[in-house]
Amino acid sequence: MIRDDAYAALHTVSDPELDEPITDLGFVRSLDASPDGRVTVHLRLPTSFCSPNFAYLMASDAKDALTALPQVREVEVLLDDHHDSDLINAGLAADAGYRGTFGEEAESSLDELRLTFRRKAHTAAMERALTQLLRRERELEEADLHAVTLGDLPDERTTHALLRRREALGLGTGPDEAVMVDDQGRPYPREEVPLRLRLARSTRISIDGNAHFCRGLLRTRYPDSANDQAPRAEGAENLKESSA
Amino acid sequence: MYTKDGENYFIVDAHVALWDARPENQRNIHGKQFIDCFYDYHRNLSPQSESWSYDEFLYQGGDRLMKDLFVDGHVDHAIFQPAALPAFYNNGFGQVEEAFALASAHPDKLTYNHCWDPRFEGAGLKQLREDAKRFGLKGAKLYTAEWHGSSRGWKLDDPWSYRYLEAAQELGVKNIHIHKGPTIRPLDRDAFDVADVDKAATDFTELNFVVEHCGLPRLEDFCWIATQEPNVHAGLAVAMPFIHTRPKYFGQIIGELLYWLGEDRIQFSSDYAIWTPRWLVERFVDFQIPEELSEYAPLTPEQKKKILGLNAAAMYDIPVPAELQLPREEPQAVAVA
Repeated sequence: MIRDDAYAALHTVSDPELDEPITDLGFVRSLDASPDGRVTVHLRLPTSFCSPNFAYLMASDAKDALTALPQVREVEVLLDDHHDSDLINAGLAADAGYRGTFGEEAESSLDELRLTFRRKAHTAAMERALTQLLRRERELEEADLHAVTLGDLPDERTTHALLRRREALGLGTGPDEAVMVDDQGRPYPREEVPLRLRLARSTRISIDGNAHFCRGLLRTRYPDSANDQAPRAEGAENLKESSA
Repeated sequence: MYTKDGENYFIVDAHVALWDARPENQRNIHGKQFIDCFYDYHRNLSPQSESWSYDEFLYQGGDRLMKDLFVDGHVDHAIFQPAALPAFYNNGFGQVEEAFALASAHPDKLTYNHCWDPRFEGAGLKQLREDAKRFGLKGAKLYTAEWHGSSRGWKLDDPWSYRYLEAAQELGVKNIHIHKGPTIRPLDRDAFDVADVDKAATDFTELNFVVEHCGLPRLEDFCWIATQEPNVHAGLAVAMPFIHTRPKYFGQIIGELLYWLGEDRIQFSSDYAIWTPRWLVERFVDFQIPEELSEYAPLTPEQKKKILGLNAAAMYDIPVPAELQLPREEPQAVAVA
C-alpha cells in the first residue's frame, strides 16, 4: 500500500529538538495517497510560533523522505497554522531549499543546527544509560563511570538508543568503547566525570521537559492529536492531570 | 504575604503584564496567533479550577490585576515586564500608560519596568534616556524575538544592543530581564541559544541579567552560563506552573537550578496573566522534591522564602518587613533540641 509506505517514510523524519519521529509526536495531521502516486501531507505543530528553522527542517525532510519512494510521483507537504506557513509552503512547493525559502534570514545551511541537536540527543542518551546503571549498581561511584564501556551496558532499550545516537554522530559502537565521552567520542578524564554527568543530566531534563510540553500543547491546540501520539519511550510523561 | 505552618512568606511576583490582546488591538493575524499561543499555555498548564475563558484572557484591566495579585494572590509586590510587540498590536501588547499609571498609584505594590529594541538605534537610545527618567526605571524587559521591519530578532551582544546596555548601566537601569523567543536571524543557529547573555553578562558586570523561564527550553545551556557569570539569575516565569501537571519535571528544574546557581539567584513569578499567583504560591510552599529524585536535596522553608520574594526584593530594593526577613545567621548558633 502506497499510504503505508508513505507513513513509514514519515516515521523516519524526526523533530531534531525533541529527538522523536514526527509521526509519534502527532505532527502529521493528514496523509493522503492516491493509487497513481500522488501524496499530500499536512503537518501541524504545537504553536504558531514554533521555531521556523525546525519547522522547515521537518517539512523538507518529510518531502525528501516521500520523494525517495519509488512508487511516488508527486509530493505536496504543507505546514498548517504556523506564522511562517505561507513562506515555508511556498518554499517547499518550489523546492527552493532553505536559503531560497528564507532569503536573507538564512546564511549558509541548517547542518550545524542539526549537528547541535544530534549531539544533545547523544548526551541525553548517554546520561540515561549511565544513570540507570548507577541506580542498579549501588556500589558504583559517579567517577567510576569513566571506566564503563558499551559492552558493560545491559542489552536493553536505553542501550540501543545510545548506540543509535552514537551512530548518528559517527562514533564507534564496539563493546570496548567508553560510554562517557564528549561530542567527538573522546573519554573525559576521570575527575571530570561527575561534573560532565551533571551537565548531561540537565541536557536530558531539558529534552524530556520540552518533549512533554510540546506534546501537551499539541493536544491542547488540536484535541484529536491525542489519538495520533505514541507514548514517549524515553522519559515517560507522568501526567498528573490530563490536559485539555 | 502568605502564611502556612507557622512560616510567613514575603511574595514578589517578578514578572507580570497588563496586556490588551482584544481583536480591535490586533494589527494582523500574528496578534491573534500570539495570544492564542499564550492561551494554550494557560489552558495546558493550569488546574481546571484556575482556567479562564478566552474572552477573560484577552484583557484584564487594572482592577482585575490588583485583585488577582494583591487581594487573592498573596503577592506583596509585583514587577511589570512589558512586551511591546508593535508589529502584532496597534497599541502594543503590554499597555504602557495603564500599567505605569497603576504603578504610580501603588508604588508600594508595583514596579514598572519598560522595554527597548536596539534596532531603533539612535532614536531609541534617546527614548531610553527619556523613559528611564519618566518611569524611574530600575529594570527592563527585553524580548529578543520581537519583529521589526524585515528583521525578526536581535541578540544581546549586537553592537547597538551594547550601546543601550552602556546607557542602562549609566542610568541605573540595572536589572535586565531577557526573554528568548524562537525567531532570530540567522535561522542557521538555535534561536534559544543564550550565548549572547553570557557575553553581555561578562561585559556589564554592574547589571543583573535575569533570564526568564530560566532559559527553557535550553535549561542546560543556561545553567552552564549562570555558573560562570555571578550576575546571571533565573526567572521562573513559565517554569512555575509545571508544579501542577508535571511535579517531577518541576522538581528537576528546581533541583538543577539550586545545584548550578544556588538559592540566591532564583526568582518566583506567575507570568500573570498567563497564570495567576495564588495557586502557584500555595503549591510551591507545599512542594517537595519527589522522593524518587534522590539526586536532589529536599527544599527548605528558607530556600522557598528566598525564591518566593526575598531574592527579587533584594535586587529591586523592595522593603521587607523585619518579621518576614530571614534571621541573620548567628556565627555561634547552638542547635536547640
